[in-house]
Amino acid sequence: MADNHIHQLVIVGGGPGGLAAGIYAARARIDAVLLEKGATGGQILNTDWIDNYPGFPEGVSGFELAERMGAQAQRFGLKVAMKSAVSMDLVAAVKTIHCDDGTTIQAHAVILATGARPNHLNVPGETELTGKGVSYCATCDGPFYRNLDIAVVGGGDTALQEAVYLTKFAKTVTVVHRRQEFRAAPIIQEAALAHERIRFLYDAQVSAILGSKEVEALRIRYRDGREEERPFQGVFMLIGITPNTGSLPLDQLHNEQGFVVTDGRMRTNLPGVMAVGDLRHDSIRQVVSAAGEGAVAAKEVEHYLECISHGKGA
Amino acid sequence: MSEDKILHLNDDNFEAEALQGNLPCLVDFWAPWCGPCKAIGPVIAELATQFDGKVKIAKVNVDESPATPGKYGIRAIPTLILFKDGKVLDQVTGAVGKAQLVAMIEKAG
Repeated sequence: MADNHIHQLVIVGGGPGGLAAGIYAARARIDAVLLEKGATGGQILNTDWIDNYPGFPEGVSGFELAERMGAQAQRFGLKVAMKSAVSMDLVAAVKTIHCDDGTTIQAHAVILATGARPNHLNVPGETELTGKGVSYCATCDGPFYRNLDIAVVGGGDTALQEAVYLTKFAKTVTVVHRRQEFRAAPIIQEAALAHERIRFLYDAQVSAILGSKEVEALRIRYRDGREEERPFQGVFMLIGITPNTGSLPLDQLHNEQGFVVTDGRMRTNLPGVMAVGDLRHDSIRQVVSAAGEGAVAAKEVEHYLECISHGKGA
Repeated sequence: MSEDKILHLNDDNFEAEALQGNLPCLVDFWAPWCGPCKAIGPVIAELATQFDGKVKIAKVNVDESPATPGKYGIRAIPTLILFKDGKVLDQVTGAVGKAQLVAMIEKAG
């Protein structure tokens, strides 16, 4: 599919940030195309329940919220291309994006909304046993652990919220946390700490995942040097996220440890290039903030396109 | 559109459809409550069209057919397994992109 047309805007990524940008851009009649390798929704597709997105007093499933955002973008006629970016040149006035199907797409402005993915612990056994007891998505894989003993690694919002979720299936859930205190929001901590089938190992790190065909045990190392093996049939790694920057020209974009630096209007150091959501250096990693940033970025693109059409630069 | 090109298999017909016959078969083990499964749904549909007549593209709902995923030790979804001549040729877990799946299928010849 040779596409010689230069779009006004390419949005890279179809999570809440990219979709919100797409909704605003489509309503502004900007000629925009959004790139997403599968269905839109991003990480919220992996989230069981979202309790803090305004407008849903009872909360909403990540799945449903993703669907609603996608339908809304579709209603305004946002073009979505099912492909992902592999590399980009963002310095020139016309930005070029190379896609995984061998095509290229060009545009005057780009909104980077590639999001993030779950961190790996990088311990022995992890790669070999992924999908065989090692999981990064409680919502996806929880039902495979009915009446089993499982572990959750992490101490943030996601770890404790999903620990509570996993008690729906598992016999026991043991939270392995490398510190004494949790980073999770107080309301989430309260629910986890009060749960009778959630146990806690503090000052503890998983040093290896053991098992031949599937997970059988974890080796746990404590801060005081003690080490022990504990039997578990599954382990969920919920230890934060890494930005998806594989396709980004990090030598051209200002970034902090891979997170793209923007100003308050979502502008990166490169003219015509915005970034939103979990990819940004000071993102608070919330659906509502990603969506808000998408709207700001789309407005900024509108302004930028006006400026370049009048030959003023931005 | 291309949804009808996807084979929907279950514990009863899995062996006959996926393991026997001359064509390789890519099986997507999924469930309706799994977000990443939904994310790759459109990719699977496209593959079914693209490889129509060359490779069988199939889906197994792990809720309705627990025995088959159990046999292959599946503990995470989506898991995609490429079968050829009844054997597991390749396997990948997670919502991977279309290009990666195409490469996996083409490598199988």
